[in-house]
Amino acid sequence: MRQIAIYGKGGIGKSTTTQNTVAGLSEAGYKCMIVGCDPKADATRLILHKKAQATVMDLARERGSVEELEISEVLLEGFRGIKCAESGGPEPGVGCAGRGVITAINFLEENGAYGEDLDFVFYDVLGDVVCGGFAMPIREGKAKEIYIVTSGEMMAMYAANNISRGILKYAQAGGVRLGGLICNSRKTDKEYELISELAKRLNTQMIHFVPRENQVQRAELRRQTVIEYSPEHPQADEYRSLAKKIADNKNLVIPAPLSMDELEQLLMDFGILENEDAA
Amino acid sequence: MSRHIEETQKMIDEVMEVYPEKTKKDRAKHVKANDPTGSCASCQVKSNVKSRPGVMTVRGCAFAGAKGVVWGPVKDQVTISHGPVGCGQYSWWSRRNYYNGKTGIDTFGTMHITTDFQEKDIVYGGDKGLDAALHELKELFPLSRGIGILSECPVGLIGDDIEAVSKRVAKEFEIPIVPVRCEGFRGVSQSLGHHIANDTIRDYILGKGKLEKTTPYDVNIIGDYNIGGDAWASRKILEEMGLRVVAQWTGDSTVNEIAIAHQSKLNLIHCYRSMNYICRHMEEAYGIPWVEFNFFGPTKIYESIRNIAARFDDRIKENAEKVIAKYKSVMDALIEEYRPRLEGKKVMLYVGGLRPRHTIGAYEDLGMEVVASGYEFGHNDDYRRTYPEMKEGAVIMDDATLYEMEEFTRRLKPDMVGSGIKEKYSYHKMGVPFRQMHSWDYSGPYHGFDGFPVFARDMDMTVNSPTWGLIRRKKSS
Repeated sequence: MRQIAIYGKGGIGKSTTTQNTVAGLSEAGYKCMIVGCDPKADATRLILHKKAQATVMDLARERGSVEELEISEVLLEGFRGIKCAESGGPEPGVGCAGRGVITAINFLEENGAYGEDLDFVFYDVLGDVVCGGFAMPIREGKAKEIYIVTSGEMMAMYAANNISRGILKYAQAGGVRLGGLICNSRKTDKEYELISELAKRLNTQMIHFVPRENQVQRAELRRQTVIEYSPEHPQADEYRSLAKKIADNKNLVIPAPLSMDELEQLLMDFGILENEDAA
Repeated sequence: MSRHIEETQKMIDEVMEVYPEKTKKDRAKHVKANDPTGSCASCQVKSNVKSRPGVMTVRGCAFAGAKGVVWGPVKDQVTISHGPVGCGQYSWWSRRNYYNGKTGIDTFGTMHITTDFQEKDIVYGGDKGLDAALHELKELFPLSRGIGILSECPVGLIGDDIEAVSKRVAKEFEIPIVPVRCEGFRGVSQSLGHHIANDTIRDYILGKGKLEKTTPYDVNIIGDYNIGGDAWASRKILEEMGLRVVAQWTGDSTVNEIAIAHQSKLNLIHCYRSMNYICRHMEEAYGIPWVEFNFFGPTKIYESIRNIAARFDDRIKENAEKVIAKYKSVMDALIEEYRPRLEGKKVMLYVGGLRPRHTIGAYEDLGMEVVASGYEFGHNDDYRRTYPEMKEGAVIMDDATLYEMEEFTRRLKPDMVGSGIKEKYSYHKMGVPFRQMHSWDYSGPYHGFDGFPVFARDMDMTVNSPTWGLIRRKKSS
């Protein structure tokens, strides 16, 4: 079983990319599970075709404690038998979502969600590694492989670099490795070259460049992945390709995060950020 | 430097010898030979800093200081331990703050009330549960005059807005609801909890009430928690002097007493450490002067009575002499009875707030000598007040470790050790006479003329009990 965590800036398309990729892996015959680690609980809707599934923490709250739950209530099967679970958690501004992730993952582990028949477990994690709870998926014995979803936008690259720092900490202590950057294109200038270069500087690879395509939105509106909604569409092939690259990926590294100056220099070299002196 | 100081310092150095270099350097600053003049610069004890990791400290936390010490004894307030069950449960009435009233009806001192956080409260926040608890409490205890919300660690970690809940519900109930941010991880000891509690008294209760009729003789007792009835014994003396005790903080006190205390003429501080903050505030905001006093043992009682009386007119001064005259013969007889059995006995103390210095006089009245004393959470101003009370060359220790205490016990061979519950049983095992001097070992009161006979009896039965001789002592001791 390979456990993989997907990180990236909020709104970059982690959940969409994860579900489409998992759909691709599933199509190729792999048994997969998705664990959503975000209180928004939208990491499984395209697989399950519903707005939001019952989450571990929401049910635990309703029943009083997590011990009152049955695994079957929170571990559902969707498209092609993909298993889905959501940690759930509070609305923004209250409580501790990080603790929710810890509790939920512990519950899933203790109750046998990680069956031996699984080939892949994907953790779809909230925006940034803001605290210990959101690092839970990459702690010892869990995901050893991380992909960062980014785009050519500056803030997405900042986030990717920051996340690499977090990975570095866990990489030194345990076996966590960075598998690559997934560029979810926003059609910014020289995006392919820029992210390829960023990946190189981070000591990793741009594992795939996912072009921007409205078909993704059309499928999303119907709560489906592109692979399910329009299997013949070229965009479905992009996700199949990403799935295959991940399945075959042997390029797992300890990242080398950039300093702020280095990152800004990179952006300047590509003309994204104007040099103040020149401006 | 005198010979006494040098000898003691040599012994301290030997005790420190086993520590690793850094620990030794650090701990050496906290343990000193006493110089009563306070002029020896190298004899100043370092205090109120983080405990050294790896040593056994017996310090408490900010929650212990705010809930256990200052707010807990306010009898007609319901005090919630807000968070998981343990903090409140294990601090449940451990200080024996006596009070009058019908528990569960109009007073709530011995009750343990907690919001009992579960995992879901951490993840989703505890504010809704707190709101529900407040409403339940109001219904269960309609005679409560206030509700205190004492934060445990998780509340601070997850950022619950208990202030907003308090404000809203206080308006609804029309009683004070006091959010106290005394999360245990704040500060280096329980001392910060006292300060935080004082600040909430200032912000939420003090000055909110009105005393209908004031007199020139109105005083407040500050920092007496009525352990085993201490504050009652103190109050009795003051009333016999002709003073009117308006408020008794916070032993056996009511929310109203806190609200009206700003109209008194003088603040009398017993435990300086835990409540000097509010006295300084009342001095600044209301112009009320404060004076420290000590009602342990006749010598200090007489001294304090005269010192307090000096702040008032001749009537009070005359009364003061009458009170002293009235009790002196009783006290003298008592000393005559106990002194022969206690004369020359050595005492080692390691306690909290005020006792490391305040009880010295009472021991001396019985002919005993305090050879070592220390504070769990004292500050520099406490140590400055302690140096003159002790003999030259006595050991003064700050945030002592269990190892140091055992070692000083072996070397100084005290006839009695007075400390807390955490030390009690190791001393029992060592076969050293011991008294739990935080809660008076289930006895008391020890304050005032009522307290001294109990104190004398307890010290006698501790030091002279034949039990200790029956406990096998290790050969090394």
